[in-house]
Amino acid sequence: MARVATPVLAAALAATFGGGPGAVPDATAASMIEEGRKIAFDRRKGNCIACHIMAGATLAGTVGPPLVGMKARFPDKIELRLQIRDATKINPQSLMPPFGRHEILTEDEIDKVVEYVHSL
Amino acid sequence: MRFAPIALLGASLVLGVGGVQAAPEDDLMAFRNFYEQRFPDTPFDDFANGIYSIDKSRREEWEQMEEFPQYEFDIDAGEELFHEPFANGKSLADCFPDYESGVRQNYPHWDRELGEVVTMEWAINRCREQHDEKPLEYYKGPLAQISAYLAFLSRGKIIDVKIPTDDPRALAAYEDGKRFYYSRRGQLNFSCASCHVGAPGMLLRAELLGPALGQVSHFPVYRKTWGEITTLHRSYAACSRQLRAAAFKAQSREYRNLEFFHTYMSNGIPFNGPGSRH
Repeated sequence: MARVATPVLAAALAATFGGGPGAVPDATAASMIEEGRKIAFDRRKGNCIACHIMAGATLAGTVGPPLVGMKARFPDKIELRLQIRDATKINPQSLMPPFGRHEILTEDEIDKVVEYVHSL
Repeated sequence: MRFAPIALLGASLVLGVGGVQAAPEDDLMAFRNFYEQRFPDTPFDDFANGIYSIDKSRREEWEQMEEFPQYEFDIDAGEELFHEPFANGKSLADCFPDYESGVRQNYPHWDRELGEVVTMEWAINRCREQHDEKPLEYYKGPLAQISAYLAFLSRGKIIDVKIPTDDPRALAAYEDGKRFYYSRRGQLNFSCASCHVGAPGMLLRAELLGPALGQVSHFPVYRKTWGEITTLHRSYAACSRQLRAAAFKAQSREYRNLEFFHTYMSNGIPFNGPGSRH
């Protein structure tokens, strides 16, 4: 159920891949990352820090791998989106909650979290 | 001891797949071997201490808690309640005549006549009802205190749950509890085993996940965060809610069967309840 890239996503992609390291992403992409960050840290939403160590998190969990070097781990952002949407599809034994399949997050929220996580 | 099929059985345990049904003794061996390999520095008996058997820094703090344990008051209150006469002049002591030498280690057990798994807390309320008294609430309060008193009298007794082979319903109850333990549930899609077999010793936020081996030995527990003595089935329900799953009722058949499997898997570990926990 992969979504077609929205104009916002396209802008974010352009900012991420077009700018190179150190480039300032455009305002839309930056705000999408920021919204994604909020969802990721929200206990009732992503609550990523329950299991993952990530920048800016205190008392983060260790059940999952630390979220660092995400661009190296997921050169293709779509793969990251699949992982967040339903990790059990990739590895049936994965403990990661299926955020999309179980509607823990909306598809729109997943897009934002993907932007944020991919920026780590 | 049959060692050859263990790796295979272990895999089927962890995966929770159906197909070939492992005998309970084989499940038990696989379970013990798994924790022995996962925590080679923890002596078998020490798993009775839950997360403190695998975490040194928390253990120190816990040992201090255990010097003046909050549950002492509950043991005393439980003793009084246990001997408090019912309206008919009898008391719980009449239902548990051997209480002084310890009865905790007799639960949970398969009751052939009832065709049910009988847990100690359920037996306490069944006794009350037989004597025309109202059942007590199962999560906390007087029933948890009585449970603490009886657990205390059985400290050091070895967990030895038996699954009678001549009654297929007993094995079915065990299998039911096992299926429960390995089934994913709730919006967050975790099974009991996801955390307590798959990730013991890891942190879920600031919460250290405890090993399933020995997990039942120390109940009821005085939980600092809850500020009171609480029963095993309350912990089952609390875990369910954390997974965003609807909890079953305390002492429902589902939870009694779960306790049957869960306790059987700790056979050989000493009972050491009540316990102090965060």
